[in-house]
Amino acid sequence: MMVGIIGKYRQFCFHHLYKTIKSNWFSSKAEELKRTCLYDFHVAEGAKMVPFAGWEMPVQYKSGIIKEHLHVRKEVGIFDVSHMLQTRVDGKDRKKFMESLVVLDVEDLKPNQGSLTVFTNEKGGIIDDLIVSNTSEGYLYVVSNAGCADKDMAHMKAKEAEFQKNGSDVKLTTIKTALLAVQGPSMKKVLQPGLDFDLNSLHFMTTISAKVFGAEGCRVTRCGYTGEDGVEISIPSNCAVDVLSSLMSSPKAPVQLIGLGARDSLRLEAGLCLYGNDIDETTTPVEANLTWLVSKGRRAKADFPGGEIILQQIKSKPTKRRVGFTSTGIPVRGHAKIYSQDGKELIGEVTSGCPSPSLNINVSMGYVKTAYAKNATKVKIEVRQKMIDADVTKLPFVPSNYFIPS
Amino acid sequence: MAASAIRKFSLTLFTSKVPFSSKVIASFQCQKRAFSFSKCLADRLYTDKHEWIVIENGKGTIGISNYAQEQLGEIVYVETPAVGTTLNPQDVSGCLESVKAASEVYSPVGGTVTEVNSKLASEPALVNSSPLLEGWLYKLDVAPGTNTKELMNEEAYKAFLETIVH
Repeated sequence: MMVGIIGKYRQFCFHHLYKTIKSNWFSSKAEELKRTCLYDFHVAEGAKMVPFAGWEMPVQYKSGIIKEHLHVRKEVGIFDVSHMLQTRVDGKDRKKFMESLVVLDVEDLKPNQGSLTVFTNEKGGIIDDLIVSNTSEGYLYVVSNAGCADKDMAHMKAKEAEFQKNGSDVKLTTIKTALLAVQGPSMKKVLQPGLDFDLNSLHFMTTISAKVFGAEGCRVTRCGYTGEDGVEISIPSNCAVDVLSSLMSSPKAPVQLIGLGARDSLRLEAGLCLYGNDIDETTTPVEANLTWLVSKGRRAKADFPGGEIILQQIKSKPTKRRVGFTSTGIPVRGHAKIYSQDGKELIGEVTSGCPSPSLNINVSMGYVKTAYAKNATKVKIEVRQKMIDADVTKLPFVPSNYFIPS
Repeated sequence: MAASAIRKFSLTLFTSKVPFSSKVIASFQCQKRAFSFSKCLADRLYTDKHEWIVIENGKGTIGISNYAQEQLGEIVYVETPAVGTTLNPQDVSGCLESVKAASEVYSPVGGTVTEVNSKLASEPALVNSSPLLEGWLYKLDVAPGTNTKELMNEEAYKAFLETIVH
């Protein structure tokens, strides 16, 4: 009986949020879902909790997705991202180990510097996207997607075993701490009073081990997935509620909790990929318009998984490419078919899209044949048997606001 | 009688999802406005997919329930059927879009669409703020011989909601 509006919504939500990851990433029964140490906090704040990648997570709070979204762009919002996989890589061969899995020049990272990168497979497809930071404490700090946690861990473990068998020194440990993303232009105002270091010294994509509102053993990394200036803070679980409460009660700026719903619309406006929607094991970094992730040094050595295919695509252009689209009227969403302007040729498919709360137009992204990938190319997108006019639009849709001092 | 029915109704709708303070406000608002729509409420029938219909003199007005709008969140785009469209019961008759998702609307009964709520083109959020009144979606001439026995009255819909909320 649970079809119709609500059933559809849940179903849609399910596909949209949980992407196309295999069903074994999810628990089929509600009682099997994992909860972060902030679960009670979310419920007390009026969160609507939904299953997400095997976890019970807040999709939105009382104010709703649009208000949450706009609050992050204007002030500061906090996301519980404790469900993400945090891994520590120790051992003197840790960089060589990580380079055997990703396209990043890990050896080239300065102390406490990090970068976005991707695990690739032998065909150049993307296994997951992740952040690797080269901590000055002598280990790599790795954060990857919750929806890929089991797969990522198996992938890294297999490589670890291979390395250890060859006598290399590498050791993986899962970090089981809370992870909060504090995002938005007022982040500095609310966080600085609780820190034992100056946030001006922490540039975009750098990390530091720190004390946060009295909690020892935290790690603050200047990154996020909203396009705004922000940090992610790894906090020992027993201190997470205290740190979150301190931030929420800041007198410096209004702080709101933000759910997965706004997280999705924010990252879309910022032109960032959602694994399972916009990138997966069948798309290469070059097709995904993420060629910049393939470090120069690694290109020269051509020693990463799928290197041959990826380097060939860099040289001679891939057949399809990820681009952004803007349109008005009926919102465009994932799986919509993209046609040439005359409507005659099927040229690609939308991978994610939503009405943009910041811009009040519809934004989406998807893959088109490379000939149609130029900015301002006019295309048609089919939604419920209607052909919608759309323009290929430069990403990000909303200019990003990262802290990169010149 | 009407007023007490409304009070009960509003309490049902706001059970579980909404904090106590707004529950009280909502029920007061309903009481204040009781006279203006008590007649409509008495005749409102619901589907198990959370659409409602009010039928008067063979003309039906269709919308979605308060529970449905709460679940959907802020509506940013409403697609209504074209005037003149002939619908069968359960046909997809429109679509409500939030930032997060698109949700289809199914026609509670068959008939020919005579009017759509043109206000929704510029103010789609009326579906949220006034799902039972200003946020109506479309009107139709109800097909002859239409049977509404499958639809639920307030009381039955209220009981139905209790079976699906937890």
